[in-house]
Amino acid sequence: MHQFQIAPLAGDLGSPFVFTNSALWMLVVLALIWVFMVGGMKRQLVPGRWQVAVEGVTGFITSMLTTNVGPEGRRYVPWVFTVFMFILFANLLGMMPFALAGAHPFTVTSQFTVTGVMAIISFAIVLIVGFWKHGFHFFSLFIPHGTPKILLPLIFLIELLSFMVRPFSLALRLFVAMIAGHILVEVFASFVVSGINAGGVAGPAISLLSFVFIMGVMALELLVCAIQAYVFALLTSLYINDAVNLH
Amino acid sequence: MDLEAAKVIGAGLAAIGVGAAAIGVGNVFGSFLESAIRNPAAADSQQGRLFIGFAAAELLGLIAFAVAMIILYAV
Repeated sequence: MHQFQIAPLAGDLGSPFVFTNSALWMLVVLALIWVFMVGGMKRQLVPGRWQVAVEGVTGFITSMLTTNVGPEGRRYVPWVFTVFMFILFANLLGMMPFALAGAHPFTVTSQFTVTGVMAIISFAIVLIVGFWKHGFHFFSLFIPHGTPKILLPLIFLIELLSFMVRPFSLALRLFVAMIAGHILVEVFASFVVSGINAGGVAGPAISLLSFVFIMGVMALELLVCAIQAYVFALLTSLYINDAVNLH
Repeated sequence: MDLEAAKVIGAGLAAIGVGAAAIGVGNVFGSFLESAIRNPAAADSQQGRLFIGFAAAELLGLIAFAVAMIILYAV
């Protein structure tokens, strides 16, 4: 589908030095986050509306980490906050409906490579912190307390498998959720067009119905954008909790 | 049956999984709401667990969707 295609804006797609629409929208996301943060980091004693918004987001991430990881969780706020803001802004920017002169919004998070890299970094943090703090004792994460001796190898294998699949599920959830939402909107948009083309009484009626439905789906998608960013940050903090506190 | 027809039937069968995940997600939120109304004081502290359950149920539906897409376009 056209809206998920990566098109080169400068350079050649085959060469390693190519500026694509994906890269452009990542820069747009970065610029928006930068504007949002700089506008709110004035450190006024009586905060204005903007500063309250920024402090709300940072406080939200900080409290999420302190409740899930404990007091040590504050050290991981930079990464979780970064990933939350990036996913949230990229999702919301990708939902923008307009397209001008062939240029259209690109959902950065609808690419498995982008979400995959974020998931791999989260997973790498878990591995590095786990082995740094606990050494080979980290493997006790795969053996729950009170496991019978006979079941030990089986439980170890199952827990290891569920641990190794984490980055994959983290990345897959985000990118499939974004793609599914956009495809749903696109399918109903095609119903609008073909309904008008069909003519008669039933055709435009179906078009109108589909159009109303699209508005509902868009509202739902805005919710999904926020929930997916929240879920990514929440699961990352839970995985970090595993690495910091074992069980 | 030729390959195209088999593909479309397979994708339709894979879409059943999405409906099953819808039951799962509804179950997660429904059970949460049921117990949150009984004990509203404890509801806020369980919101993290609510979204973990939601994420786990949703992931399986999304995997079913991904399988349908792979059958339709990538095989």
